[in-house]
Amino acid sequence: MAFNIYDFTSFTQSIDQGLNSVMPAFWAMITEMVIIGVAILAFYALVGLFLVYAERKVCAFMQNRVGPNRVGPYGIIQTIADLIKLLMKELVEIKKADKLLFTIAPFIVIIASFMAIAAIPFAKGLHAIDFNIGVLYVVAVSSLGVVGILIAGWSSNNKYSLIGAMRSGAQIVSYELSVGLSLITACILVGSLQLSTIVESQADGWLIFKGHIPAVIAFLIYLVASTAETNRGPFDLAEAESELTAGFHVEYSGIKFAFFFLAEYMNMFIVASIGATIFWGGWMPLHIGGWGSFNMVMDYIPPFVWYIGKTAVIIWIMMWFKWTFPRLRIDQLLTLEWKYLLPINLFNILLMAFIVLMGWHF
Amino acid sequence: MDSQNKFMPQDYIPIMIQSFIVLGFVLTTMIMTHLLGPLRKSKAKLENFECGIEGMGNARSPFSVKYFLIAILFVLFDVEVIFMYPWAVNFRDLGANGFLDMLLFLGLLLLGFIYIVFKGALKWDNS
Amino acid sequence: MTFLFYLLAAVAILSALMVVFSRSPINSVIFLIICFLSIAGHYILLNAQFLAVVHIIVYTGAIMVLFLFVIMLLNLNTSNEPHKSQLTRITAVITGGLLLLVLIAATKDAVLIQAKNPADYNIGLVKQIGQTLFKQFLLPFEISSVLFISAMVGAVMLGKKDSKKN
Repeated sequence: MAFNIYDFTSFTQSIDQGLNSVMPAFWAMITEMVIIGVAILAFYALVGLFLVYAERKVCAFMQNRVGPNRVGPYGIIQTIADLIKLLMKELVEIKKADKLLFTIAPFIVIIASFMAIAAIPFAKGLHAIDFNIGVLYVVAVSSLGVVGILIAGWSSNNKYSLIGAMRSGAQIVSYELSVGLSLITACILVGSLQLSTIVESQADGWLIFKGHIPAVIAFLIYLVASTAETNRGPFDLAEAESELTAGFHVEYSGIKFAFFFLAEYMNMFIVASIGATIFWGGWMPLHIGGWGSFNMVMDYIPPFVWYIGKTAVIIWIMMWFKWTFPRLRIDQLLTLEWKYLLPINLFNILLMAFIVLMGWHF
Repeated sequence: MDSQNKFMPQDYIPIMIQSFIVLGFVLTTMIMTHLLGPLRKSKAKLENFECGIEGMGNARSPFSVKYFLIAILFVLFDVEVIFMYPWAVNFRDLGANGFLDMLLFLGLLLLGFIYIVFKGALKWDNS
Repeated sequence: MTFLFYLLAAVAILSALMVVFSRSPINSVIFLIICFLSIAGHYILLNAQFLAVVHIIVYTGAIMVLFLFVIMLLNLNTSNEPHKSQLTRITAVITGGLLLLVLIAATKDAVLIQAKNPADYNIGLVKQIGQTLFKQFLLPFEISSVLFISAMVGAVMLGKKDSKKN
């Protein structure tokens, strides 16, 4: 089995051939899909666990504290201990809650955050499903999460939850517009919605450099809007610990609460990966068109490392936001989106279109 | 690239399988936690969370209409954003004509947007 | 493929029936979402991938959220759900029956049309849709923006009138 850290194509092909040689084509296909699904699930859980740890460490770093440091070296297995604790907790179902919807809500949230991962290209040849409309698919799937949040808030039959859910719904749907529009700005330059094509088009420079001014504006808007869309950072009005106690998941306990928590972190990971893939070239190393030897040096770093590195930088920026800015008010939040980001975004799209039309990009 | 690759409905079967896998994962975890965790019920525990005092009234009281307004404006703008995806993909083929078409479309939309802003639909404080 | 079609069709019809029969409006919304997802599956079977994803974004992601907002806005509790009178029920049955009659009459003489170019699987992809939309159907596209304006005006009028009353 040929294993090449720079190109996974031969690796995945050899698995494909190996499976096809031992069983009929249909079952080989099904087995492959199950393997991919389980692998993504394992990746999902691992990333979720790591992000919770990273958040606590980053938060501690920002606040001049140590953070978790008791369980394992540097507290690395702290989250696993937390997970075991949450598994052992009782699932309280309060009397007034709508039992069925109360249980369904975490399912919806988890599925919505899980489905998007399949479309992300992790490295060359390591791409579960390469859709023709990859960008749209990710936008569509992640837009389902808000249904779970609204249902969670409503079924809890608690005033805090309901207020949190309404705020969260208004916030997520508003900022979804800006996320979509800033992604469109990038798509104008590439002319495709297929994520693998988008990555390959950045072989001679990342999109944020190729599209200069409008691409930078689009990236900044994407960063702000996606932070808000994942209910994080200064935009965590849905949870607002100090006023709404915990917002839409105040009545959830044990593993159900953990699912909401996990979904929040995974949504952050997904928006960071999409941002890294579209604006920073995904697994594409830092290439500058024409600088052959420079590009060769950059190619020595494996694509997977590039992808993880870029995603980690964006995640770090989002955590930085969270621990730096105070929380916005709901009217400020919606004003920011509807009166500033949305019009700026629309003009930015026209600017990008104009630049592409005149050929003023790299 | 686009013309060579055949994008078939079969591409989406993994999505179905994945959703089943994650469904199974969540279900097993829930069942496991039911088996592992304790199950003690008491009256106070099954009450709503209300910061230590007793809850008053029904939580499901009517809400501000402004949330509804945001939702309906979102639906409108979302449909408009959808129109821009095929435009963005085809922009290089359409060229200057495509630019002018979208300029007209966005201009008309901007008119509606200005109307919304001046009518005060996005104003949140009534004072 | 045929198996998938029947599976999706069964899910769509069952969930659509559950929308009508379930008591709580929020449950109806959940079943409507399942129904829409299975219809998106049908679009994928026809290889109309763009349409499928747009269906999910607009109907499941946007319109269902609007429905949920409205339900939460009104906050209908199961206890105070207004009971329909006998007359409204009979009228509903008659109108529904008439609609069914029209649909049956319309599809009675339907014949199966072979696709003009079955080899062209890419016809439902975003590129082709864009080509058609911005060349052949440019005028309807521009006119649709006028429709958006009228919808915005309507929404603002509705919203403002209510907020004055409160």
